[in-house]
Amino acid sequence: MATAIETVREVTGSEYKYGFTTPVEEERFPPGLDEDVIRRLSARKQEPAWLTEWRLAAYRRWRQMEMPDWQKVKFPPIDFQAISYFAAPKQKQRPKSLDEIDPEIRRTYDKLGIPIREQEILAGVAVDYVFDSVSVATTFKRKLEELGIIFCSISEAVREHPELVRKYLGSVVPPGDNFFAALNSAVFSDGSFVYVPKGVRCPMELSTYFRINAAGTGQFERTLIIADEGSYVSYLEGCTAPMRDEHQLHAAVVELIALDDAEIKYSTVQNWYPGDREGRGGVYNFVTKRGLCRGKRAKISWTQVETGSAITWKYPSCILQGDDSVGEFYSVAVTNHHQQADTGTKMIHIGKRTRSRIVSKGIAAGRSDNTYRGLVRILRSAEGARNHTQCDSLLIGEHCGAHTVPYIEVENRTARCEHEATTSKISEDQLFYCRQRGISEEDAVALIVNGFCREVMNELPMEFAVEAKKLLGISLEGSVG
Amino acid sequence: MLLEIENLHASVEGKPILKGVSLAIAPGEVHAIMGPNGSGKSTLAFVLAGREGYEVTEGSIRFGDEDLLAMEPEERARAGLFLAMQYPVEIPGVGNLYFLRQALNAIRKARGLEEISAAEFMRKAREEARRLGIGEDLLKRDLNVGFSGGEKKRNEILQMALLEPRLAVLDETDSGLDIDALRTVAEGVNRMRRPDRAFLVITHYQRLLEYIVPDVVHVMVDGRIRRTGGPELARELEERGYEGFLGRLAA
Repeated sequence: MATAIETVREVTGSEYKYGFTTPVEEERFPPGLDEDVIRRLSARKQEPAWLTEWRLAAYRRWRQMEMPDWQKVKFPPIDFQAISYFAAPKQKQRPKSLDEIDPEIRRTYDKLGIPIREQEILAGVAVDYVFDSVSVATTFKRKLEELGIIFCSISEAVREHPELVRKYLGSVVPPGDNFFAALNSAVFSDGSFVYVPKGVRCPMELSTYFRINAAGTGQFERTLIIADEGSYVSYLEGCTAPMRDEHQLHAAVVELIALDDAEIKYSTVQNWYPGDREGRGGVYNFVTKRGLCRGKRAKISWTQVETGSAITWKYPSCILQGDDSVGEFYSVAVTNHHQQADTGTKMIHIGKRTRSRIVSKGIAAGRSDNTYRGLVRILRSAEGARNHTQCDSLLIGEHCGAHTVPYIEVENRTARCEHEATTSKISEDQLFYCRQRGISEEDAVALIVNGFCREVMNELPMEFAVEAKKLLGISLEGSVG
Repeated sequence: MLLEIENLHASVEGKPILKGVSLAIAPGEVHAIMGPNGSGKSTLAFVLAGREGYEVTEGSIRFGDEDLLAMEPEERARAGLFLAMQYPVEIPGVGNLYFLRQALNAIRKARGLEEISAAEFMRKAREEARRLGIGEDLLKRDLNVGFSGGEKKRNEILQMALLEPRLAVLDETDSGLDIDALRTVAEGVNRMRRPDRAFLVITHYQRLLEYIVPDVVHVMVDGRIRRTGGPELARELEERGYEGFLGRLAA
């Protein structure tokens, strides 16, 4: 019988079962980025002049910016001229009904386990399907429209609801915010748009499923969610990509706006292709996600389960501007083999009595590196603000790393911040105990890891908690035994 | 025979602990192994269960028709070997009953049986828990997390009752138990005695054997079984103490 250490070295590696490609005829731009490419992209999407100008301004900002270097994750320089900035399955028109969708694309989503239809397992969830650079379908639109809820692709929102898009786009993540946000603002292709009107409680989960299919492209989606006064919405995104030897860049921007008494719950199950056992290929997941609690008593809650991507580099954040507003961040980040993650959150307390809660669970196996980086900033105006942060790391094997980098800046004496951190290992005792009761080693690891993450998993909507649980097991397959 | 151990030698970190143990247990029998601390009793339990780090250097163990030493720990469990541990481990975030159901289903699956229904499982678990004096709250808590010593031991017996092993090894289950808990645990074991099930009770004290009356008692000293006899052997040990007993053996 091999020891756990030996078996960790012999990591067998799990199969990434979402790694297939779909043979669709596609339209795409040749690689490269300049002002002409942006004008063509904007024209192709029949955008109004203000948006074209907005993109160009972002592009000019981006050209003057430099790639940041403070992160723990390491990767070779990215050649932004080698990327194609638009790829879309060819379709004469966006299908008017779900029946008109290209059968190949339909089959793709069937294989991914999220069939494009308004029935059965997805009955309680409305889904926007984004395939490479465009949204290909949105379910349950009519039902939502009856309540005044707008749920569509952002391209459609630009055409149909320009006043809302113009008012809020870039209001939380300005184009010049950071290097990748500027790039995204210049070239974003599609993504989801949600508006929930005053006092409406969205009766179903809204979900976007992102799929990168084409090779040599990047995905730059943009999501904008606005919850008007007293409204509630729960939103979930899922993502997968084919297995490719090259690295693919995914640089999204997500903006959330919650007005007085509104609540937005945003959940992510991220399973981009992580690369192979030797670290070849995999998606670079460099994302800017930020929510603004603009109103009093507003609440924004981020829940993320990050199992995929070669590199995950993101900090879903909350700006707590309204008095008594609440921000939450629940995160599970799993890294195996050569994956790297540098993730966490920022909680910016501006309003009085604002509260934030951070629960981060990092799990590192193989030769991976897992960093929690978080900022809690309490401004002078944030009388009576409170924060509680809990960061737990779990190590599997001897060759991985876990790091916790908390930044706490407090400018108001009445504020209270608490920070707890633990690091533990899956012990031989625990594994043996499970196995002695008949549970296989793989299942034992999944069981222990799921237990370690339970606080976060409990925050996920029911429909996805099951999927996320399975995903944790799959991601760690071959990490021991 | 259900279990046949022949000339078993085992080392831990290169140090020989078991030095030629032979033992045979027939279905329906209860055997006790007594011995002073450090005599190798717990090592024998871990070798039987297949724990990593316990290296068998010589000898064989047959379990029914199978070569036990060739099996992984989970395969041994599925074949019907249960080890009630001296120090049950805590697994945070994993519910006590959830864990037990996972274990039961893993064993049932390996035997070609269907998964037990949630309702049937709950009924069985609650019934057995009540008999063992395990409160509802303990069933809902995380596995062994914050359990007292006695609660952990009762919980081991609860698992044993639901997993229905062919051979149950109890490793110092009496340690840290007060007299009431000891009686409850012993009753739990006695309820499970059946013609096709055997027990190997490892203990330092004779006390437990007043409640679980063994068919055969072995005395282990320095990695070997030095004497085998009936229940009277346990009483003799209790009266004379290990030192007196060892002195007599040496003489």
